[in-house]
Amino acid sequence: MQFTSREWWTAIHGMALGFGFILFFTAALALVLTLESRLLTPQGLRRNVILLKISGTVIAVFSWLAVFIGSYIVYPWYRAAPPAGSTDLMSFPRSRLLANAAVSGWHNFGMEWKEHLGWLVPIIATAALFIIWRYGEHLAEHKGMRWTLFVMLCVAFVLAGIVGVLGAIITKEAAVV
Amino acid sequence: MKRQTTIKNGSSAAAILASGIGLAVTGLVTVTAENIPAWLNALAWSKPVGALEGKTTLGLIGWVVSWVILGVLWKDKEVKLRPVLLVTIILFVVGLLTTFPPFFDLFSKHD
Repeated sequence: MQFTSREWWTAIHGMALGFGFILFFTAALALVLTLESRLLTPQGLRRNVILLKISGTVIAVFSWLAVFIGSYIVYPWYRAAPPAGSTDLMSFPRSRLLANAAVSGWHNFGMEWKEHLGWLVPIIATAALFIIWRYGEHLAEHKGMRWTLFVMLCVAFVLAGIVGVLGAIITKEAAVV
Repeated sequence: MKRQTTIKNGSSAAAILASGIGLAVTGLVTVTAENIPAWLNALAWSKPVGALEGKTTLGLIGWVVSWVILGVLWKDKEVKLRPVLLVTIILFVVGLLTTFPPFFDLFSKHD
């Protein structure tokens, strides 16, 4: 079994960065939910915040890498137009989807939504990261800001989840090869 | 001796509101581009990526510029968080709605 370079980039974009995002999101969420002074010793609070800073940074960095790799490396392969008169659309996923009415919706709806929605995730994740670094251990005393952070992380996660599911389905229907 | 520090929420409120502006700008650029062919073509800054590059770059510019301006205005200030959150939610909804294909396809149809 061998991967082509295109398949490697697609795997890095969707699987490594996508699953990494989910993994560190789970950690960040658990850390935010337990970030209360009454639940933690000062040492525990300090350690939680360090871990939250790490997981928040990874979430933001992974989401930026995912959209840049997705948009500037993988997407051009996806949307490349086949030569005029070409009937072999194997290397042209967008054209392959549009050529079949039964699956064309995965481009017209799926990819059209995914390519825009994906860019919203790192914006939200970066704002969340700023709050984490700005407040640090003080998040334990600011319930309102803590809940705002929680909601922002959840919104980023839901959007990333939609993007990930669409990406998986589109790849199943017409992989970049 | 324990260090006592008061964190003003202005900088964080600026980051929150700017994220909403970033989403809304991305969405508004998208929905207008999908309805004005000349605008869509103008946003295609590179052939491989197409109009996605222009749409998302303008969204990022809107986000960064608004964050810088709000960050300067609200630096070391305590702002009322509730109205900021309310406006941010509205901007999030605008951004999400205007990047949803069935919504922007209501007006026009392009690949």
